[in-house]
Amino acid sequence: MNAFLATVRRDLLLALRRKSEVLTAVFFFVIVTSLFPLGIGPEPVLLKKIAPGILWVAALLATLLGLPRLFSADHVDGTLEQMALSPSPLGLLVAGKILAHWLLCGLPLVLLAPVLGLQFDLDASTLGILTLALLLGTPLLSLIGAIGAALTLGVRGGGVLLALLVLPLYIPALIFGAGAVEAHSAGLGAGGHLSLLAAMLALAGFFAPWATTAALRVALE
Amino acid sequence: MRQSIIQWFRFASPQSFYPLAGRMIPWFWAAAIIFGIGGLWISFFVAPTDAQQGEGYRIIFVHVPASWMSMFIYLVMAFWAGLGLALNTRVSGMMAQALAPTGALMAALSLWTGALWGKPMWGAWWVWDARLTSELILFFLYLGFMALQAAIDDPRRADKAGAILALVGVVNIPIIYFSVKWWNTLHQGSTINLNKAPSMAQTMLWGMLLMALAFWMYSIAVALMRVRAIILERERHTEWVKHAVE
Repeated sequence: MNAFLATVRRDLLLALRRKSEVLTAVFFFVIVTSLFPLGIGPEPVLLKKIAPGILWVAALLATLLGLPRLFSADHVDGTLEQMALSPSPLGLLVAGKILAHWLLCGLPLVLLAPVLGLQFDLDASTLGILTLALLLGTPLLSLIGAIGAALTLGVRGGGVLLALLVLPLYIPALIFGAGAVEAHSAGLGAGGHLSLLAAMLALAGFFAPWATTAALRVALE
Repeated sequence: MRQSIIQWFRFASPQSFYPLAGRMIPWFWAAAIIFGIGGLWISFFVAPTDAQQGEGYRIIFVHVPASWMSMFIYLVMAFWAGLGLALNTRVSGMMAQALAPTGALMAALSLWTGALWGKPMWGAWWVWDARLTSELILFFLYLGFMALQAAIDDPRRADKAGAILALVGVVNIPIIYFSVKWWNTLHQGSTINLNKAPSMAQTMLWGMLLMALAFWMYSIAVALMRVRAIILERERHTEWVKHAVE
């Protein structure tokens, strides 16, 4: 557990020393969501309807933007090989890195979402559901994305390839995440969608670090 | 018993699998052509015109087998990939790589014929229904698998990375299959159900099953041809390949 916390701490510290990298993804999220009203038009009814989808797609893309950084620097300077050789299991260290990635790339999106939701004229209860859905969904995005990041580590054209691999796997999260907000707006209750999202998170929380570790070992061979 | 186990593992070596595949290919091609002719004859001349859908329904004789194959090939691909990952056999990875383009072709065919069917029946080329969307995701998964394998130069690493991706993607297959139940949408439920009698004419069922068999045989034949090409390419430095090509 110590190794896990140490990895989280190390990655957070490294990121805080180079704040711009983290902030870029966050501002990307803000800019992309603000572009949609400019492209579609300022009709409040329409914007209110498409807001959850836009916020979710923007969150997907912003998470994707941060993914290549997850392992690449450690791969280049050899830290990753030391982690693979270390006595603590690699899966645990990878889980720590994924958690740190979520704290840096996912959590800011969750915190910003209510503010951006106001731009789309969402009411308080809808904003709550949106934030809750993102809170359950963004760790899922980080977990699934880590598999893709590990698979494309050191591969030619890795960034674009990563999008091709990971985005299809993000679709269930997108459907249920945006669906939760829509179901709530339609008066159906978001419980079912949120439960499914949480179930997928539990599943990914168990399997994704394991698959990521396997992929990293392949990349390190 | 011991003898038979050794026999099976003998074909895990590219050198002994290559001639075996070569011997099997003509049989699978012959079966594909026979089943194909039979299936097409039934589907065009024997099967009655559908009361509601007219002649347009006949596209299901291609659409349904293609959809089945697109899903099934992914499972087979993941099976070979997993086997290659677990046992470190070389032919397994090559088999997975050989199956991917056929699977992608089937998924594309299924989407395309579905669109052609959807236009007269639903009045739209495309609807955002769960099954269609899942098939599209499956198509993307095939593309991702092929792109990942193509991007990695070392074939052994490509096999292993692809295997992990295929196994991750396999989670998607049940979502496709149960999507009809999960999201209650436009797409009709599956017409063939094991629990109750099929809700289609007997001849239609035969036509569809024959076409499905033809698609199976075609997929196996093409995958074997492709795996032979992959074997030759990867083993080109060996002595036996030089003799085999001569």
